Amino acid sequence: MGTWTWFHKLASPPHFYRIAGKMIPWYAIPAALLIATGLYGGLVLAPPDYQQGDAYRIIYLHVPSAWLGLLCYTTMATAAAVGLIWRIKLAHALAAATAPIGASFTLLALATGSLWGRPMWGTWWTWDARLTSELILLFLYFGYMALRSAFDDLTRADRASAVLALVGVVNVPIVHYSVTWWNSLHQGSTVIRSGGPAMPPSMLVPLLLSALGFTFLYAALACVRVRGEVLIRERNASWLQELASGR
Amino acid sequence: MEAFLHMGGYARFVWPAYGLAVVIFGWNIWAARKLEREALERARRRLATTRPGESGDAAR
Amino acid sequence: MTPRRKRLLTVVAILAGVGLATAVAIKAFDNNLSYFYDPSQVASGQAPAGKSFRVGGMVTQGSVARTPGSLEVHFVLTDFAHTVPVSYTGLLPDLFREGQGIIAHGRLENGVFVADEVLAKHDEKYTPPEVAKAMKNKQAAATGTKS
Repeated sequence: MGTWTWFHKLASPPHFYRIAGKMIPWYAIPAALLIATGLYGGLVLAPPDYQQGDAYRIIYLHVPSAWLGLLCYTTMATAAAVGLIWRIKLAHALAAATAPIGASFTLLALATGSLWGRPMWGTWWTWDARLTSELILLFLYFGYMALRSAFDDLTRADRASAVLALVGVVNVPIVHYSVTWWNSLHQGSTVIRSGGPAMPPSMLVPLLLSALGFTFLYAALACVRVRGEVLIRERNASWLQELASGR
Repeated sequence: MEAFLHMGGYARFVWPAYGLAVVIFGWNIWAARKLEREALERARRRLATTRPGESGDAAR
Repeated sequence: MTPRRKRLLTVVAILAGVGLATAVAIKAFDNNLSYFYDPSQVASGQAPAGKSFRVGGMVTQGSVARTPGSLEVHFVLTDFAHTVPVSYTGLLPDLFREGQGIIAHGRLENGVFVADEVLAKHDEKYTPPEVAKAMKNKQAAATGTKS
């Protein structure tokens, strides 16, 4: 089967629906295993930090969820652009499916950061460039979802929200580079850093496992959600009738 | 075990963070499955009220 | 031009426009986006006079003086070029110690920075306690000083 044929087959809603369904366990099971291993490693096996003691163990949630918040936004904006340009409904379905997942993990990143900042920095919240741009990321997700729900017509909701997703993507590099471009209370990147990660393997490996696990979790959740979004977008297609009567 | 739960005096910051993560994981799984289930139910109801073969395909 | 090509160009135009506008805005507000001034900026008068602002630097070794019986503490912040003396009354974060990066919020009064909030900044490096100890010993041995 040529790449094109394969692509067209994947882009047809019934195939996409079925493949997404088949992929769920292939993402969900590794996600559960990786997150369990990563968090166990981070909470139990990793040594404490010489300065921060055990408080730094929040990093095993904070960094993976912040990573996922940015990954989801980039995925959402890319899917929205593809949906706008090529008028592919499946791309819009993926963008819509991604937003709530990204929003929830951005919220987790902010909350865990707050719980970490209070004992270490001495404050729950402050308006430095990293914290502020991360909060803007959360509001962009909320704005995207609110805009979608303001339209009764799905096609219009898809297009209008896609423009907002595109406009907001400018914030993604700002979140990442905020700690490099400006003086901030938040420290620089530990993992993505010139000269390699600033962590010994005993601390780093659980962090990477956890981050990979979060990524797999996103993939599994997106598969479930995108199936729902595909169903909403299909009206009377014959495959839908078979599906509806079949189960 | 007690030392582990104590988290070097940072228990009241570390454990709420992990607890919140469990809530976020749980919400995501619940909400995603709810979306899929409701979409299927709605599709079923929609199809039951329209005659089969009637063209209402939203594809353009 | 096909409709698809037109839509592609529209998307590119949106991205370019928003990107450019943001870049200009960031450039214009660059100073306000920084969280703190360092002691050199304070010394050269770049920090706002008569208004509260944040100053960030390292707590100079041996500079911390606590007033017995109160929460008042005095210390000196340095960026290894200039220094700012700070006075503060209140609880300090767990990471506050000599040699630690600190950000204080307050205003300059007669050359002393009177702080109403002190936050600790930590770097992106994480190290197990034994390794940190070993590194410190090695350093001490290399310079011939004992801590």
